Amino acid sequence: MARGQLAPTPHDPDERGHFGPWGGRFMPEALIAAVDELAAFYEKARVDPEFLDEFARLLRDFAGRPSLLTEAPKFAAHAGGARIFLKREDLNHTGSHKINNVLGQALLTKRMGKKRVIAETGAGQHGVATATACALMGLDCVVYMGEVDTERQALNVARMRLLGARVIPVKTGSRTLKDAINEALRDWVANVDDTHYLLGTAAGPHPFPVLVRDFHRIIGIEAREQILEKAGRLPDVVAACVGGGSNAIGIFHGFIDDPSVRLVGLEPGGDGIDTDRHGATLTAGTPGSLHGAMSYVLQDEDGQIAEAHSISAGLDYPGVGPEHAFLKDSGRAEYRPVTDAQAMEAFALLSREEGIIPAVESAHALAGALVLGRELGPDGLILVNLSGRGDKDMDTAIKWFGLGVES
Amino acid sequence: MSRLEPVFSACRAESRAALIGYLPAGYPTVEGSKDVLRTMVSSGCDLVEVGLPFSDPVMDGVTIQRAAEQALRGGFRVRDLFGVVESVAAAGGRAVVMTYWNPVLAYGVDRFARDLAAAGGLGVITPDLVPDEGAEWIAATDAHDLDRIFLVAPSSTEERIALTARSSRGFLYATSVMGVTGARDVVSSAAPALVKRVREHTDMPIGVGLGVRNGAQAAELAAFADGVIVGSAFVSAVQDDTVAALTEELASGVRQAAAAV
Repeated sequence: MARGQLAPTPHDPDERGHFGPWGGRFMPEALIAAVDELAAFYEKARVDPEFLDEFARLLRDFAGRPSLLTEAPKFAAHAGGARIFLKREDLNHTGSHKINNVLGQALLTKRMGKKRVIAETGAGQHGVATATACALMGLDCVVYMGEVDTERQALNVARMRLLGARVIPVKTGSRTLKDAINEALRDWVANVDDTHYLLGTAAGPHPFPVLVRDFHRIIGIEAREQILEKAGRLPDVVAACVGGGSNAIGIFHGFIDDPSVRLVGLEPGGDGIDTDRHGATLTAGTPGSLHGAMSYVLQDEDGQIAEAHSISAGLDYPGVGPEHAFLKDSGRAEYRPVTDAQAMEAFALLSREEGIIPAVESAHALAGALVLGRELGPDGLILVNLSGRGDKDMDTAIKWFGLGVES
Repeated sequence: MSRLEPVFSACRAESRAALIGYLPAGYPTVEGSKDVLRTMVSSGCDLVEVGLPFSDPVMDGVTIQRAAEQALRGGFRVRDLFGVVESVAAAGGRAVVMTYWNPVLAYGVDRFARDLAAAGGLGVITPDLVPDEGAEWIAATDAHDLDRIFLVAPSSTEERIALTARSSRGFLYATSVMGVTGARDVVSSAAPALVKRVREHTDMPIGVGLGVRNGAQAAELAAFADGVIVGSAFVSAVQDDTVAALTEELASGVRQAAAAV
């Protein structure tokens, strides 16, 4: 099953990474040789049986794939009675979908003969996954994390350190994910000979949007088989949260050639898209180039990048992967904002009704499913990508719900 | 025909390299940046690079990052850039702009080129735009008769150096080290090798930048480059109020190499 995961598709960009007008390489010349090298290694690896077998083995024996598909009937009762199934990426080793991509890129790093890995992280999920893969494969690991995020995700900082990674708090700009990416790029340009930048989402310069997507295509491949088996038909809607967009693009691709299946991305609406405190790039952004690719970007009229705001550190990003921009324009996928309040309501509801504490990121997809379910009615069938678990979000939940010890 | 050709031919006539000084517009304030740039011109910069402050300057080290942040916090707007360029031209100086690509996109590619040319700007350096993605930019700079300066790096392949040289006009910007902007103690040993490689592809002038902060380093680069580019050191000099002295030292540096030859 996993063997076809990386195979070229009709949805691939052109050879310089353009999805229509989106994507490409808007980045310093100094890094072009590195992304050329990465693209060349990836093009070989994606059709190399040895690489594919090794990747499949790691996903199975280390990450714990395939992940489960779980029906959530009590949660679905709040969604107009539509059936809701959860793709349980939260059950993967390290607690989110991120492990799929890092195992693939860590294998590529070894193939390229590089010894050092750098990564950015927002919520800490990608940083933890990267630190894990580096521990497993004996690679040096440095993770850049915005100072604001190191504070709201202190537990993940400790996990990364325990795994042997060096965590560098980034104190410039908005001190969140975008600034962590800036700092990782600055490191990369100075150390590119021995260092791979293990980008955590399906954004950035070509070939990252393609290879990150492909490493996550397993989510959609598994989910399609599982829902056909459990529900006897394709879902009406596949829902996933979108920050940079990696979990969404991974599950969407399992259904992209099924025209009856709507693909819905749920963006961080923060305090609401009528305020300036949100991260809904596809809903409210405009075309621009950020971190190496053309896509939708949150920016002011001068092209200065705006600070995104979301209760979820992992979605707190003013850009988005270029393939999502393409899918939005083509109409193949639709994108909707979900506010912090809606996401936290869904977060609590899934915990209470199903005994599953989701990541606040994934709670955006769940909140979207509650609305979509009511729109579809009782005959509706929704597949939600539960991209991660919520253990890391307990501080956020304690503050939001006032969950301190009763006195 | 290159707008910058007279700058480099005048320097060549003196058997020396050009001194190219960088300052972000709006730093320390919009009016303050005009004053500093005038001082740079009157004290010996053959060409100034006016930086457009950007929120996410991935090629810049901490000195220029902070200067850009200060400019933006002070309310700098892209439209202020053109006034700063105009003031350089009015003072008898020559200016190019250095900018990340997104502000150009947001302003409108053709409109940016038009307004810069109207302000007396001679060209633009684009550190995160490679010629592969530059079709619209090449058309706009041709239409408005601006030079366009792309960058080459020690990691550039021969094919990419050739492409970049073909696509540039005015001069080529060679980044002397793999890294971000910022003053360094020693000039990179990669710089002479890179310049030598580039010369096999083009007769265009080559400016070398990244890391230069004093006259001795300027002299070292001037021995093999056509232009010596200094950025972060000027930003620091603004803080220390030593812009004129630094300019004079660097101007003397680019002339020492000629004396040595």
